[in-house]
Amino acid sequence: MINFDSVTKIYSDDSIALDSVTFDVSPKEFLSIVGASGAGKSTILKMLLAEEKPTEGAVFFERVDVGSLGKKELNLHRRRIGTVFQDFKLLPGKTAYENIAFAMEVAGRSDEEINSDVPHVLDLVDLSDKAWNFPNELSGGEKQRLAIARAIINQPDVVIADEPTGNLDPLNTEEIVQILKKINDLGTTVILTTHNKQVVDSLGKRVITLDRGRIVRDDNRGRYIL
Amino acid sequence: MIWTDLKRIMRAGFAGFWRNAFVSLASTMVLSFALFVIGVLIFLGAMLDTSLGQLRDKVDINVYFLTTAPEEEILSLKEQIETLPEVEFVEYVSREEALQEFRFRHENDQLILEALDELEDNPLGATLNVKARETSQYEGIAKFLDSNETLSADGRGEIIDRINYFQNKAAIDKLSGIIDSAQTISFAIALLLIIISVAMTFNTVRLAVFTAKDEIGVMKLVGASNRYARGPFVVEGIFSGILSAFIALILFYPLTLWLGPSTETFFGAISVFDYYLNNFGQIFLIMLFSGILLGGGSSYLAVRRYLKI
Repeated sequence: MINFDSVTKIYSDDSIALDSVTFDVSPKEFLSIVGASGAGKSTILKMLLAEEKPTEGAVFFERVDVGSLGKKELNLHRRRIGTVFQDFKLLPGKTAYENIAFAMEVAGRSDEEINSDVPHVLDLVDLSDKAWNFPNELSGGEKQRLAIARAIINQPDVVIADEPTGNLDPLNTEEIVQILKKINDLGTTVILTTHNKQVVDSLGKRVITLDRGRIVRDDNRGRYIL
Repeated sequence: MIWTDLKRIMRAGFAGFWRNAFVSLASTMVLSFALFVIGVLIFLGAMLDTSLGQLRDKVDINVYFLTTAPEEEILSLKEQIETLPEVEFVEYVSREEALQEFRFRHENDQLILEALDELEDNPLGATLNVKARETSQYEGIAKFLDSNETLSADGRGEIIDRINYFQNKAAIDKLSGIIDSAQTISFAIALLLIIISVAMTFNTVRLAVFTAKDEIGVMKLVGASNRYARGPFVVEGIFSGILSAFIALILFYPLTLWLGPSTETFFGAISVFDYYLNNFGQIFLIMLFSGILLGGGSSYLAVRRYLKI
C-alpha cells in the first residue's frame, strides 16, 4: 500500500534527515516508528503527505509516486490520509464541530452528510458535549481526541499520528492509544511515531526503529529498543 | 458544487471576521483610513479642477477692431478663426453692444456718461473674444491673427486696432504654467498618497493573515484546495473593505458639511458639501470598489505565500 524506496532527505550537508530508507506498509497494518529526536520519524510522515519531497528515492502510495502529484491530485491524496499531530493543529477560529465539518467540506461532502456524521464521530471520541467549544476551551486530551475525530471523519485509508501522546498525561495517552487501536481494528492502516516506550510495548505490533535517518530495526511484533 | 463551496467560503469568511474581531477591527480601521485618503483626493481633485477651470475661463484673447472696420469683414474673420481647431468659441461684440456695455459699466459715473454724450460718433470699436480649448493654445491663435497675410489676403487692409494677447502674454504664460504645475503636483501627491495607503493596507492585512498562517497550513494538510483555503480570507478582506467604504463615506458627511462654506470661499463657487451630495452615487461606487479591491486583493496576495505546502 505504502512503499518508501531508498528515500534520502538532505536539508543541508550536515543535516541528513533520512538516509536510503526502504520499507513497505500493508493495508490494515499498525506500524509504530520509534527513534530519538531528530532520527527522521516526522520526516517520513511529511514525505507521505508530500509536505516534503525526497532528495533521492521515491515514496509510493498505492503505486503512485507521491512526489510527482500535481496540485489537485495532492489535495485528493491528502484527503485519503487522516493526520494527527503532537501539537493537534486544530483550526483555532473554528469550534470542535466546525473543525471536523471543515475536513468533510474540503472533501466535497454534502451538508446532509456533515450534519449526520459529525455528531456521530464526536460521540465516538466522547466530545458531544464540547461540540460548540473552541480548541482553546478544550483540555490536551480533548484536543487530541478532536484531532483524531477530524482525521477519521472521511474514512481515510491511512491514519498517521505524529507523536500524538507527546503532550498528554498517562491517562489521556492510554485513551488515545485505545482509540487508534480501535481505528486499526476497524480496518484502517495506522502509522504512529512515538517516544513512548510503554505505548509501543503495549501494542505488540510492527515497530521500525530509526537512528540518525537510517532504519536499524524492523520487527513484526516489536518492542521499543534503542 | 461551486455554489455549495461558495456558500461555505462566505460563511467561513463572515465567521472569521467576527471571531477575530480585534484583527478585523485593525484591518478595517487601516482600510477606512486608506479609503478616506482616496476620498480626500477625490474632493481635492474636484475643487482644484473647478478652480483651475474658473481660472482658465478668465483667460481669452480680445481682438479690438478699428471703428472703421466693416462688420462683414469682422464676421468673415470670425468665421476664419472658428475654423481653427484650437478655438473653442468666438464671441462677437458689435460696436453698439460695446457702447451699451460701457455705459452699463459706468452707469454711476456721470462725468464719463456726459463726455460720451458729447461725442458725435460711437468711439468704441467692435470686439471678438476668442476662447481656446487649452490655455497653451492662445499663442498660436494670436500668431494667426497677427499675421498680415491672413488679414490682408483679400486686400482690404488693416482692420485690427490691437490684440490684447501681446499685452497679457506674460500673465497668460504664467497662468498656463501655474495650471500645468498644479495639475502635475496634485497628480504626483495623489499617486504618492495612494501608494502609501495601499502599502499600509497591504501590510496590515499581511500581518492579519500572518497570524493565521498555521491555520492555512492545517487547511492544506487536511486536503483543502488553494481556493478553499484562501476563500474565507478574501471574503473577510472584501467584507472589511465594504465596511470601510461605509465608514469613510459616513465620516465625509459631517466633515464636508463643516468644510463646505470654507471651501466655497477658498476655491470659489463650489462647496465641497454640495459636491459630496451631488456626486454621492459616484463617490459611493468608487469607495466601494476601492474597498473591495484593496481588502480582497490584499488578502488574496497575502495568503498566497502560505499556500505552498
